[in-house]
This record gives sequence, structure tokens and C-alpha cells, in this order.
Amino acid sequence: MRIASMRRGIHPPECKETALIPIKYFYPRNGASMVYPMVQHIGAPCEPIVKVGDSVKVGQKVGDSEAYVSSPIHTTVSGTVTDIRTVITPTGKRCAAVVIENDGKYQDHPTCNQSIDYKTLPREAILAHIRECGIVGMGGAGFPTHVKLNPPPGKDIDTVIVNAAECEPYLTNDHRVMLEEPKRIIPGIEILLHLFPEARCIIAIEDNKRDAIELLRKMTDSPKITVVPMKTKYPQGAEKQLVHTCLKREIPGGGLPMDVKCIVQNVDTVISLHRAFFRGRPLMRKIMTIAGGAVRNPGNYKVRFGMSYRDIIEAIGGLLCEPYKVIIGGPMMGVSHYTLDIPVIKTSSAFLLFTEKECKVPPERDCFRCGKCVEHCPVGLMPLELDKFAVADQIERFTAFNGMDCIECGCCAYVCPAKRHLTQSISTVRRELLQNR
Amino acid sequence: MESPRYTVTSTPHIRSSNSIDKTMRLVLLALSPAAVMGVFFFGVRALLIIVISVASAVLFEAGYQKLTRRPVTVTDGSAIVTGLLLAMILPPALPLWMPIVGAFAAIVLVKQLFGGLGHNFINPALAGRAIIMAAYALPMTTAFIAPRIGVDTITSATPLLLLESGDFYPQASDFVALLIGNVGGSIGETAAIAILAGGIFLLATKVITWHIPVSFIVSAGVMMVFDPGGFSGVLAAYHLLAGGLLLGAFFMATDYPTSPVTPMGKIIFGAGCGVITMVIRLYGGYPEGVGYAILLMNLTVPLIDRYVRPRILGARKGGAK
Repeated sequence: MRIASMRRGIHPPECKETALIPIKYFYPRNGASMVYPMVQHIGAPCEPIVKVGDSVKVGQKVGDSEAYVSSPIHTTVSGTVTDIRTVITPTGKRCAAVVIENDGKYQDHPTCNQSIDYKTLPREAILAHIRECGIVGMGGAGFPTHVKLNPPPGKDIDTVIVNAAECEPYLTNDHRVMLEEPKRIIPGIEILLHLFPEARCIIAIEDNKRDAIELLRKMTDSPKITVVPMKTKYPQGAEKQLVHTCLKREIPGGGLPMDVKCIVQNVDTVISLHRAFFRGRPLMRKIMTIAGGAVRNPGNYKVRFGMSYRDIIEAIGGLLCEPYKVIIGGPMMGVSHYTLDIPVIKTSSAFLLFTEKECKVPPERDCFRCGKCVEHCPVGLMPLELDKFAVADQIERFTAFNGMDCIECGCCAYVCPAKRHLTQSISTVRRELLQNR
Repeated sequence: MESPRYTVTSTPHIRSSNSIDKTMRLVLLALSPAAVMGVFFFGVRALLIIVISVASAVLFEAGYQKLTRRPVTVTDGSAIVTGLLLAMILPPALPLWMPIVGAFAAIVLVKQLFGGLGHNFINPALAGRAIIMAAYALPMTTAFIAPRIGVDTITSATPLLLLESGDFYPQASDFVALLIGNVGGSIGETAAIAILAGGIFLLATKVITWHIPVSFIVSAGVMMVFDPGGFSGVLAAYHLLAGGLLLGAFFMATDYPTSPVTPMGKIIFGAGCGVITMVIRLYGGYPEGVGYAILLMNLTVPLIDRYVRPRILGARKGGAK
């Protein structure tokens, strides 16, 4: 059988050894200060709805917003609110945060643990519950799920794609969760199909996860759900590439999947939906691949939001050596940080601690026009020209060469033999232009 | 609490092992079979030309960079590649000081004065050869010698001169000689099999793509229908294997800085090279046209790259979004 594949792209060393290790779980340390920034998603920031001195229980809302495009934030421990202060989030935004001291008792808030039969609810109530549970896209961007699942009138949806491509090297959290919690994925998808009765569902998985493909195929008997294996290639999981691979539909520049009648949900988001309806749990944890040469016990861990990365390292057995680089997210698109004293938030995906050898970038040289960046750009751009325009500040030519269509996947800089910082220069100009729009 | 500050950079955090140095080493490896065959057939004389050409290219590059107080980058191997390529397109009996003139033109005039690696707008080795040709036309057209292993019938006349003479029709033995390089010609241009092996190696290691060599060779073959003597498949095949066509198609036209970056652009560029080569060979005064064809097409590269761009995923029909 021919396996569906995206065009161009790259295939870096996968480094997915953690796929063999079962997911482990740990509780935050008693007495730990848990930090809950009020910006953990795309959309309006939340306002704290607790005061210093309040005692809170697991799953209680601590931040919310009046805005529609926003998502409330819940505490993941029980304890006392000790502070409300300004912090910097892992994505680099400055915002207010609620600080809670963990009492180690993990008493659940009364709103938790009530399963809800979504089939008896009207559409609006289902969406309201999804919002109330604080569910946002778990793929990294963190777009509020209740907004994504409520396309404006006129935008018909005929396909829901569950994104389990997991194309970034090192990352295996989606792989593990498919192997360990398939019983939650299929009922979770049924919630999505209940919201879009006309739609069918595609579970899109890269073919380096054969066991997950077979397992999910075995679990599915619904004719509306198909598992589609895709060739292992980066950035196969990027929305536009994913939709094009699965459906041969092209999302127009600047558009969204719903413009071509589909909705893309990360597989862990689907599991969060399951937990929200069948177990009444708001979004409180993240399955996180922790890897890299500096980590003593690499693997996948269920991590509660609010924990600091320093506490996580302690909880999983510490380091082998001082890391050279600390990355939140994958090695291709993740954000590097100078400190470990930042809290886990909803959009934090993997946690990589690299030694110098693993991620040292040789010095930049002049472009010698080998064309590798053009050969591998999944969008069809000419990164070498865009880099030139970016460096020379030729904004008009930058946009004329479709610089705004860049998805910042990093393929160009990855393949560049002259080690040019193509992605960096292009995304800098792109973000400046986006801000001034 | 004092904690170390970790390195912060933009994405991506990992890079491929590919590098300029590695690319140049692969090109040198790919060139070596043809160079070895050249030395085998044309002897110590050919080896001397190669050594002088490579050494002077490296020295000119290092000297220029020292003089202009730039980082010396000769260890990346690009000057070695240019020097070797230049030697390979020179006749073996050329006076030994002439490659130095060519290397000066290639490295200093064409490459360094325009900004160094990646900034030259025409192929340095071919430009070096063109300048020697302009200055010393006589030795450049007569310094061909018969290969050492030759049987009596083989003369120093190159296959292209034979073709130019008009009353030559190749036999099977002529093809064998052409394939292994047992004919008169420039040092590295004669052994078709060795050049093809190097070309396939470059394709297999993904240093080059198929677009330029294939479009170059195919278009040159197609141009044979315009042969004033009438189309002959045998002559067409002989044309493609003779002279600098294969070396040009795999090693010269594919030179990164002076060829287009998009697949479609490469096909247009290669086809243009093939057409101009054959126009010169069939109608021009020179027996060989590969070098000038590539140099001329080099000048079209900025234009090709501006107008031939890949299709953007999600671009609306009818161009601009």
C-alpha cells in the first residue's frame, strides 16, 4: 500500500528511544509553590478569581475571563493561595500568576469527578463544558478547543483529523498515550463526531508508530473512523501539511483548516475531552517527553501544570551533567530557556535537556546557493532569498517572495550546509510584520 | 538561588551534519576517478598540471584572504575543487605556468573580488580556462597529446576535432576508447565512464539533483537533429560522450553559486546549456562549446531564479494571493 506523505520536508534522526518506556506519574512535592500564569493559551488573558489566603482544592478554577476566545485555568493541587504576582511564561509573555502552596492532600473540588452524558446535552452546553474544563489544543499552540469546535455559520465540517503525527524528533508522548490509553481516544473522538454528525474522522499517525496504528485499528469498529498511516517526515504534523497529506486539500494562505471543511485536533486534546466528560476532570496535566543527554532517566511523564521545571528534574532523578541548552518543546520548534525556574503550562510540550554535543551549531558562513533549503521547504518558499531580503531589510521583496507563508518549521536551517540561521531571520521579519498588521 | 544560565537561541536547535567542507570533499571524491584516468593516459605531465593548478588556486585564495584581512577559508576545500576542475579542462601538454594564470583568474578575479565562496556569478574554473584561451589560443588548441597506451591509429587529434573535420564516422572501437578515455583531449574530460561514475556518486550522495545533467545531456542530444550533415544516432551518441559535455553537465553546470536553485529553473538552465553547446559545436568556429555554453547560461541565473519559483502550498490559482 502506498503511504500518504507530505511534499519535501526532512527526516532528521528520530531519537525516539523513550517510546519504549511506559508513562510514569509523580506528584508535586508537598509544600511546593505551584505557579499558574494567567496566559496559557491563545486568546484573552485570564484574571485571577482567588485571593491571597484562599484555600483551594484540586480542579478549582483560579483564573477566568469574560472573553469568548479564552479558557479558564484550574489549580492542580489543593492548598493555599500564597501570592499573586507577575511572572514570565515559558512562551516569553509577561502576565499575572496565581501561586499556590501545595498541601499534599490532593482534595478534589466538588465540581470535579462528575461524569456528564454529552449525548443528552445541546451543542451549546457541550461547548460550554469544554470551556469550563479549560481545554485548549495540546499540540503546542494552545488554541481554546471550544472555539475551534464552533466554526462560524457557513463553514461546514466534513472531516475531523486527529493529529498523532508526532513528527518532531525525540517526542514520544503521543505515541505512548496511544499505546496506553486507546480506550479513551475512541470515545473522545465520538464526542467530536457527536458535535459534527456529518463528519468522518481520520486518525493520522506517522508510520514509525506501527504498534499504535495497529492497536487503534483494532479498537475502531466505527466506519466513520479511519486510521491513516503517513510517511515519517518532518513537519508532517504541521496543520497545512497534515491536511494536504490526508485529504489532498490545500488550506489557502492565511487560512484555517475549517476553510477546507476540516478540523484538526491533537490526540492528547481528544483524551482531555474524554476526561472532561467521562470523569469530570478539567485540564490539569500534560504528558511530557523528557529527554536529552543531560537527563538521568529520560521517558514520558504525566506532569501537573504549575510545577516548576526545576522540581520536575528533581522528581525524575536528576541530571547526569549540567545541560548546555534547555528546550521546552521539540528540537525543531521548541523554545530554549536560560533558567529552570519556570512553571509548566498548558502549551508546554516536551522538555529537552541537551548537552553541548547534541545541539552545538557551527558558525554561520555565506550562502553558496546549494538550494537545499528550497529542496526541503514544505511550503515551497525560497528561504535563501528570504534570508537575504530579511538581512537587507527589503520588506517588499520579502512579502513578494511569500515570506508571510513561512510556518517556521526550521527545515531550511536544519539542512543548510553553510549553517545559516535562515529560520531565525525569516521569522524575525515575519513576526514584526504580523505585529504591525 | 544562583543557577547557571543556559544557552538561548532561535529554532531549530538541531542541525544536519551536512556542511560546506563535507560537500567539497564529496565533489573531490567524485572528481578523482576522472582525474586518475587522465594521469594514467597522459602521464606525469598531466599530474604536474593538476598539482600546479590546485596549489596555485589554494595559494591565491589564502593569499588574497590574508592580504584583505579576511578569515582564511582554504580548508573548506572549495579552492581545491576549483583548481582541480580547472586542470581537468586543460590540455595535458600546456606550458606548466599557464595553469597559474588560469587559477589567478578563477580565484582572484572571478571568485574573491566578488565576495568569495558563493558570490561568483560565473563558474570560476570555466572562466579561468576562457581567459587562458583568450590569451594563449595556440597552445590551448594544440597542446593535446596522444594517450600513452594508444595503439598506432590513435593520434593526438581530439574526438571533437575529428567530428569537426566532417568525414569521420565512429566505429565500435572508437566508442570503447571514448568510454575509458583512451583518446586525445583535456586531462579530465576523456574518460566518460569515470566521469559518469563520479556523476552518479554525486547524485547518490545528494550533492546534486538530476535536473541539470539530465536536461543538459537530453537537450544536447535533441539538438543533433539540426546537424547540417543530417541526424545520425551514432554521431549523436559520440557527441554526447566526447569532449567536455559529461564533465560539464555533472560537475560544471551544477556548480551551486552559478546555477538556479529551483527544480524547474535547473531544467531550463540545463536545457539552455545543451542547446548552446550544440549550436557552437555544429555551427560555430570552435570544435567545443560546453564551456562557453555554461558561462553564458550562468549569466541568466539571477533572472531564472527571480521568475521560476516553486508553487506555494495553499497559493490561490492565478498567482498572487
